[in-house]
Amino acid sequence: MAKKQIHLAAHFPGVNNTTVWSDPASGSHIEFASFRHFAQTAERAKFDFLFLAEGLRLREQGGRIYDLDVMGRPDNVAILQALAAVTDHIGLAGTVNSTFNEPLDVARKLATLDHLSGGRAAWNVVTSWDEFTGENFRRGGYLPKDKRYLRAQEMLATAQALWDSWPADEVVADAASGRFLRHGSDTERSGAGPSTDAGRFAIRSDQFDISGRFPVPRSPQGRPVIIQAGDSEEGREFAASSADAIFTRHAELEAGQEFYADVKARLAKFGRRPEDLKILPAATFVLGDTESEAAENARQVQYQQVGPATAIAFAEQVWNRDLSDVDPDGPVPSFDPKTADDVDSGSHISKGRASVRMYKDPVAVANEWRELGEREGLSLREVVIRKNGRHTFVGTPQRVADTIDEFVQSDASDGFVLIPHITPGGMDVFADQVVPLLQEKGSFRTEYEGTTLREHLGLQPSPTTVAAVSVEA
Amino acid sequence: MSLHLAVALDGTGWHPASWREPGARADELFTAGFWVDQVREAEAGLLDLVTFEDSFALDSDRADRAQGRLDAQLVALRVGPVTSRIGLVPTVVTTHTEPFHVSTEIATLDYVTTGRAGVRVRVSSREDEYALFGRREYGNETREGLFDEAADHIEVQRRLWDSWEDDAEIRDAATGRFVDREKLHYIDFSGDHFSVRGPSITPRPPQGQPLVSALAHVDVAYRLAARGADLVFVTPGGVGRDGPTGDAEAILRRVREEEAEVGRTGDPLHVLGDLLVVLDDSADAARERLARLDETDGRELRSDARTLTGTVADVADVLESWHGAGLAGARLRPAVTAHDLPRITRELAPELARRGLFRTAYDADTLRGHFGLARPADRYARA
Repeated sequence: MAKKQIHLAAHFPGVNNTTVWSDPASGSHIEFASFRHFAQTAERAKFDFLFLAEGLRLREQGGRIYDLDVMGRPDNVAILQALAAVTDHIGLAGTVNSTFNEPLDVARKLATLDHLSGGRAAWNVVTSWDEFTGENFRRGGYLPKDKRYLRAQEMLATAQALWDSWPADEVVADAASGRFLRHGSDTERSGAGPSTDAGRFAIRSDQFDISGRFPVPRSPQGRPVIIQAGDSEEGREFAASSADAIFTRHAELEAGQEFYADVKARLAKFGRRPEDLKILPAATFVLGDTESEAAENARQVQYQQVGPATAIAFAEQVWNRDLSDVDPDGPVPSFDPKTADDVDSGSHISKGRASVRMYKDPVAVANEWRELGEREGLSLREVVIRKNGRHTFVGTPQRVADTIDEFVQSDASDGFVLIPHITPGGMDVFADQVVPLLQEKGSFRTEYEGTTLREHLGLQPSPTTVAAVSVEA
Repeated sequence: MSLHLAVALDGTGWHPASWREPGARADELFTAGFWVDQVREAEAGLLDLVTFEDSFALDSDRADRAQGRLDAQLVALRVGPVTSRIGLVPTVVTTHTEPFHVSTEIATLDYVTTGRAGVRVRVSSREDEYALFGRREYGNETREGLFDEAADHIEVQRRLWDSWEDDAEIRDAATGRFVDREKLHYIDFSGDHFSVRGPSITPRPPQGQPLVSALAHVDVAYRLAARGADLVFVTPGGVGRDGPTGDAEAILRRVREEEAEVGRTGDPLHVLGDLLVVLDDSADAARERLARLDETDGRELRSDARTLTGTVADVADVLESWHGAGLAGARLRPAVTAHDLPRITRELAPELARRGLFRTAYDADTLRGHFGLARPADRYARA
């Protein structure tokens, strides 16, 4: 039996402290040349897809724009579309928020991306978490928290109905007969010639009441690949029902296996096979020629990622108060955090940052930090590094390749979304040193076999049933 | 002073029967190659820019007409990396889009093309386009309201482009600061249809301000252009919703009046005349070609812009006379792209150059540069 194949995605370094900007090798995060370099490296390494996160508002802390991390990025779907011009095979995945977009527009953009990349588009469907982001959009923060998943689900279902609204191979463009479309009624509704209902839809749901004709004929993948991120019960169900891939944080073997088993088991009730949903944890890596060199490299990267100011900023996110007078090289503060009743109420010191929601019990987190610091004689900055700066894979290329393969072969994941810490060259070393070892193991492709992202991921073709009306002659 | 020449790309051409013409490549309409080749052809002709038409709604339900449309911004983005000098100007419908998204998308196009991005704004005037979004009642809109919203949309795009000063990124390792937040600015726009806080997520684009344009047939649209655009496309000898638009002199006078009315400061609008062209070796051949196209479609061609059936010299004459009347140039709409675009790039552009009215080589590499527009100062920068 053929070995289970690893799926790899390359995440362009993001606007957070994982991305090191102070290193001499760190280049532009905004110029197209950086994106081109990164995408072409990932394609050279035969990755399944490139992934770009989305930005809708600059983060703030303490009422001011957060200035310690890389910030500023292009529109992600726009950059993916441009990257289609300088790559041939790699999938192009972007996050698009379901709260501050309309389904017709989003579906049209993703269908366009799919057409103009020859079937390489993917959409990471996310919901927004706060009114803070809404201040940049027409709707403001109108959407109640309990409607966010509903809207995401309806958004996705609507987009899929729109993508399905054109029959496959509907465009024949037969100049001789004058038939542009395959189907058409003989009634001359528009005055001359047969009329068409291709793309016709009418959707009425809690969030949407739309009708008309979807303007884009069926794209090469039919439906672009759907990605979902999130570990919550709702998120797992959503992914099991309608996603093709799920991003997770579970990059540890046992937790990964548990998550993997849980999510894969949910697929059957939606009539899906285990291989129809790929589970891809996010992972960082630091390499070295020896184990000890890799460990030392990792330590240096951690200190770059969590400078003194960043350590204080992280502590402020837990303590939910100004800690500018605290010494990052001194002990963890002895006083307790201020508890916010509800992070979403807008009272939290940190705005526009999803991770704040992880600190559900800040007092317990503070205690944990304090105990760690006292037990091991660590400064606040060292504690932050310990708690937030861990790298998923640290070792020689052989060790990292072995670990990745073990994860996948033991069903802790179907592969990884890899995030280097340097833009744009951080993936080069992985491409050059780790990928060949995975290929030697027979676990990773040496050439692209298909042309679409669905094919790279081993997914079934999209259903070709036309949901909306098609008028037959 | 030489003319500015633009081409308006719209599928296989502006005649509805164009898709059936030889070389039309209608079966490739939704592929990248189709668009790349058209824009490269325009660039080979040294044109200032191409515009990409757009609408969320389809033009007709006729199965014998070309059907389907891609997102114009993404088409421009796909073309960007494989062209080098020509300006790329996608159409954006202001009525149904988020100004924040559009601003960052156009800024991204400017980054991808290192300074060749523009945008053409359009208001939605069709009920079926409203139904695709289901958020607003078509019947509740006034034309003035829609154009005011478009002006607000432009204003937000522009403020967001300026919301990062050019030197905001400092990478100061000593203090751990990546940006100087004193150089990032809230835009705090508040209007009837949207409020936008800012700053942008995208740093200031290479041109500072990408070029903003609009097509205008009526006063309210001239006013919009005067308020917010750099470039306006007008239709001398054409027909707008309110009837004939007038000749080039009359239109230009109206544009300048609106500029005065709204108190426009800075560079005056560059005014380009739109012309739908059916080109051939003789005027008779061109007329016969149009007649044949009309017969194929079963209906006479309708156009808001003047339709010129004739030779390249005839078009050059019209453009020269418009130039004499004060227009900065023209935006040509090829009736059949496969046929008329090469006539524009390979015959008309050289003919205009012979008359001393058009460049013989690009002398700038940004879209603002093609129009002699300097990179503007940032409105938020303290002197």
